[in-house]
Amino acid sequence: MSNGNRPLSPHLQVYRFEWTMALSILHRITGVGLAVGTLLLVYWLAAAAAGPETFDTAQAIIGSFIGRLFLFGWTLALFYHLCNGIRHLVWDAGYGFELPVAFRSGLMVIAATLVLTLLSWVLGYSAGGGS
Amino acid sequence: MSLRSPLGRVRGLGSAKDGTGHWWAQRLTAVALIPLSIWFAASVAAMTGAGYVEFRDWVGSPLVASLLILVIVSTFYHAYLGLQVVIEDYVHNEATKLVGLVLVKGAAILLAVIGVVSVLMLLLGS
Repeated sequence: MSNGNRPLSPHLQVYRFEWTMALSILHRITGVGLAVGTLLLVYWLAAAAAGPETFDTAQAIIGSFIGRLFLFGWTLALFYHLCNGIRHLVWDAGYGFELPVAFRSGLMVIAATLVLTLLSWVLGYSAGGGS
Repeated sequence: MSLRSPLGRVRGLGSAKDGTGHWWAQRLTAVALIPLSIWFAASVAAMTGAGYVEFRDWVGSPLVASLLILVIVSTFYHAYLGLQVVIEDYVHNEATKLVGLVLVKGAAILLAVIGVVSVLMLLLGS
């Protein structure tokens, strides 16, 4: 802002902290995290395209403890970004701005994220991921 | 006095010179990714621990390969649009910002191409 004395919007620090603010920045953090996670997705597909040996290596890396930890973080981030993204789309359509509604939708996002993450891991382990 | 409507002015204009194009593309890819990412997450869960042949046969189906390509293209488009906004918001040095934007765009295109070509190799090779 080079042209002088224009009024500035207040800095973040003047607002009293609400937990919905944490949800807001978490949408960005999970978005960036998911973008980094696409490296693993492309590696997985490229390893399969390269042949059985490279695919087995990729499956072993992803199936290791560290791999599963990353995958768990990835599913958590994916479902959070997905659910909160739907919340954002509803806001974009012009609904849900009232404070009680915004608090309730925030809680719904947290609950849905946990349920969907758990569900995907139950599915994963029942499909043979545990062996 | 301009006779152009507010909609006509905002299309292709505005400070970013792209009107509502960026915003709209981000929403459209978001909506597309709702069913696609649910399908993809369920598939990854079902494919954990799969052997090579099982995985190749799965991607070898034209339906699965098509869905995977849709996942890849919309994911990288959406990711690029999002990362672009994050960089524009937090990086204030013009040179660093430009380099960051170019790198992120290049990486998104490169990774999307690698992903799509991998799917096509698995589809046509099986």
